[in-house]
Amino acid sequence: MDWQPIILTIRIALTVCAILLVIGIPVAYWLAFTYRRWRFMAEALTAMPIVLPPTVLGFYILIAIGPHSPIGRLYQGWFGRGLPFSFEGLVLASVIYSFPFMVQPMAVAFATVDRNLISASWILGASRLKTFFRIVLPLSIGGVVTGIVLSFAHTLGEFGVVLMVGGNIPGATQTIAIAIYDDVQALDYKSANETALVLLAFSFITLSVTYALNRKIWAAPSLYRTLPRA
Amino acid sequence: MTRTGLSVAIRKSFDADFTLEIGFAVPDGITILFGASGSGKTTLLNCIAGLAIPDNGRIALGGRVLFDAVARINVPVARRGIGYLFQDLALFPHMSIRRNLAYGLSAMTRAARAERIEAIAESFKISKLMERKPFELSVGERQRAALARSLVTSPAALLLDEPLAALDQVVKSAIIADLREWNEAHRIPIIYVTHAAQEAYALGARMIVIEGGRMIAQGTPQEVLQAPRQERMAQLAGFDNVFDAEVTAVAEASGTMTCRLNKTPLEIEVPLTHTPADRKLRVAIRAGDIILAVARPLGLSARNVMEGKIRSILQEGVKLIAIVEVEGVGFEVHLTPNAREELGLKVGGIVWAVVKTYSCHLVEAEEIG
Repeated sequence: MDWQPIILTIRIALTVCAILLVIGIPVAYWLAFTYRRWRFMAEALTAMPIVLPPTVLGFYILIAIGPHSPIGRLYQGWFGRGLPFSFEGLVLASVIYSFPFMVQPMAVAFATVDRNLISASWILGASRLKTFFRIVLPLSIGGVVTGIVLSFAHTLGEFGVVLMVGGNIPGATQTIAIAIYDDVQALDYKSANETALVLLAFSFITLSVTYALNRKIWAAPSLYRTLPRA
Repeated sequence: MTRTGLSVAIRKSFDADFTLEIGFAVPDGITILFGASGSGKTTLLNCIAGLAIPDNGRIALGGRVLFDAVARINVPVARRGIGYLFQDLALFPHMSIRRNLAYGLSAMTRAARAERIEAIAESFKISKLMERKPFELSVGERQRAALARSLVTSPAALLLDEPLAALDQVVKSAIIADLREWNEAHRIPIIYVTHAAQEAYALGARMIVIEGGRMIAQGTPQEVLQAPRQERMAQLAGFDNVFDAEVTAVAEASGTMTCRLNKTPLEIEVPLTHTPADRKLRVAIRAGDIILAVARPLGLSARNVMEGKIRSILQEGVKLIAIVEVEGVGFEVHLTPNAREELGLKVGGIVWAVVKTYSCHLVEAEEIG
């Protein structure tokens, strides 16, 4: 049983989740609260990775970070190796293709927070930052958790983009999805099955635990809207 | 400009349909802001609090300028120091009452904060509810908690948007009493929005009426509601009978005049009022000011005793609404169920309607369109 692809995939998914959390929250906040007229364009751009065929996305990312691109050359200059077909390159590509899965649930959750609560917070003297951390975030934690779970799950399973940008380098870019594909090509169904089963079990356990915890979180807001005592 | 109190003079347009244009000064104490939905009162409060920005004008509180379009001053909401209690209270649902109260006091030391919270909890009688969350409180308790939260920061002014609408009379009176007591000690301008005449009488010495984005009346609740000068005011104040009036005779010596109603033969005696010749007039009479009798009453001081027929009787809660037709004019009359029983009133029956001269109010008619 080759554990390397499994460990690598989990490493990538965790790294991507952490990065998306940091850049996703400000983007989700902006999408939820801005009045700019061109917000619809930003929303469309955010949603693109859901709609584009993975090979198209993968192709353009490859061009954008390839050895002839500005980004690729900069990276080559700093680190002495190419960005495509590397762990870092794969993380970058994964951040792009999992972006909407983190941002959209959070943006929806932020936008659903009662505006009067936000106004009340300002009236009591709180800054926008304090209002975000003490009012908006606690009341939209369900959306944040959903974003984390969905982007993690999506990163675990992505195939097309990984194939284009990552290649198939064991220990660096050979994710579970690629490893299984590889095994099937080589007619090694036994190995493919073992790997696939592990991924299946892992995904299911992760999601079950998350939804079990979330039940309390998702139930809480409806609790706050309970009718008053007679 | 006054050195104390709140002064507001602003203009704000929404598309082509609605413009808020209003100017007034509010001293310390409670001032009622009276108006129907859509009259602009919430926008006005939002502008004062800083949640909305007027197109032009000036807002000042106790000498401090909060907004000035010309001088380009616009103090952000968080720094205006104005308390604002929304109609839906907006208590933070995920925090206990204690933490709700503490929210605006983060700049204080822990000891000072605890002391301030205890004091206001006492004043508004919520000391036993401090560890509970808002959803665990009754409606009245939530209202008290929300009021306490808006006052605990010692604001320089307070805006209340129909805060007691959902409560029954007993609970309301108790909360109003607590608010008055608090204000005796603190003396800040308080704007209290309501569309209930009862609350206006109970609360304020001063009242401003807003309609269609403009102030249409100002004065004590008695002046404004009981002797309305304009038809719209009469409607807001709950005058159920409003008729076209044509003056047919004037008696200067007795201070009365006779008016013909709705171009029918019916004439009634109303108080003498000097009105501009070019203005159309209407007469407004409250349904509760009309008395019915099943036999022609004699020896009454009332000047208007009219014979008519009951056209309909409807029940609304514990109140009976009867329409009595007198020479082609329909009068709405409010009765108790007991009265109907004892007098044996029924549809089609003949009655005499009695209206005192001073129950008839002359108002200037609205232009149509």
